[in-house]
Amino acid sequence: MMFERRATMATLLADRPKNLFLVPGLGSCTWDAFAAGDDDRNFYLWGAMGGAAMIGLGLALAKPNARVAVVTGDGEMLMGMGSLATIGVQKPKNLSIVVFDNGLYGETGMQESHTSGGVDLLEVARGCGIERVMDIADEAGLKELAGLLATHEGTLFARVRIAPDDPPRVLPEKDGIVIKDRVRRAVEIATRP
Amino acid sequence: MTAISDREPQPWQDQLFEVLKGADIRQVGYVPDAGHSRLIARCKADPDIRDVVLTTEEEGIALSAGAWLGGQRSALLMQSSGVGNCINMLSLIRACRFPMLMLVTMRGEWEEFNPWQVPMGSIVEPALKLCDTHVAKVEQPEQVVPAVQNALQLAFGDDRSAAVLLSQKLIGRKVWVK
Repeated sequence: MMFERRATMATLLADRPKNLFLVPGLGSCTWDAFAAGDDDRNFYLWGAMGGAAMIGLGLALAKPNARVAVVTGDGEMLMGMGSLATIGVQKPKNLSIVVFDNGLYGETGMQESHTSGGVDLLEVARGCGIERVMDIADEAGLKELAGLLATHEGTLFARVRIAPDDPPRVLPEKDGIVIKDRVRRAVEIATRP
Repeated sequence: MTAISDREPQPWQDQLFEVLKGADIRQVGYVPDAGHSRLIARCKADPDIRDVVLTTEEEGIALSAGAWLGGQRSALLMQSSGVGNCINMLSLIRACRFPMLMLVTMRGEWEEFNPWQVPMGSIVEPALKLCDTHVAKVEQPEQVVPAVQNALQLAFGDDRSAAVLLSQKLIGRKVWVK
């Protein structure tokens, strides 16, 4: 099944617990996150391609009582593929990485990515030692994933096959200092004992 | 002058650990280098410091940003060649004004056996400066602690990127084992 990206992001965040922090990869995933509703717990990325999963790891290690979800595209994940090895070694209990995989570089004119050329990120994640690896096949699977973002005790990797569409852009705050400061404050508030 | 080897622990390496510990550094990302081996071993042995081995140095920039979002201070350890791998990711630090502390062991500048280390080693300082990173270069053991203390102040007091370059004069000649 191919999922519509905006609806998928909305489903993943529908019953978001107050301690769930989101690191959306640059470009479409950041627009998707903002379209689902602006939130102080979203660390919107406008750059740092290849870095989303590692930002998630740093936050997850710093705050074991926060939940961290990285939701990023196949192109962004491919650029930071080594970070799956790093995360596989660290195995934080509170980190999920979700790849919206349409096999395309959406922001640059829909050129094919490596996942269109046979590279399977699920196998990469498994090979890196990530314990729970999921291929989301249907709406029930997506709802299960949404629940696991809040509850799974371990590191999780999920692939969601996304239809190759390009919904209108909706742009969140662009000032990196503002984005950083508000996420940092939100982390502090959400993880107070 | 007696030639030192990069395999022998130097007192400044333990002092460096104590400075990081005293500054409440809680995550240390690294791609190993012989000159950092003592520091890495000390970090691994400390239950309050999370050591994160990286596949490439740019991962450590993003790791530090995440750690700071979670309220923790971090440091990135690497060899000079790794600086080249960090350039674009340092945009994250500058765009968001994250604190960023980098400790760089130099290659390609003094008694260098391997000429392939020279191209990157020779441009580390200007490259970091172009990335809006404060750079201090240390060649004497007694300069290590004050230089790192100053870099800590710049990074975490001024929310910016600061690097300390640890010279090959300090670390010693790389030991080549056949």
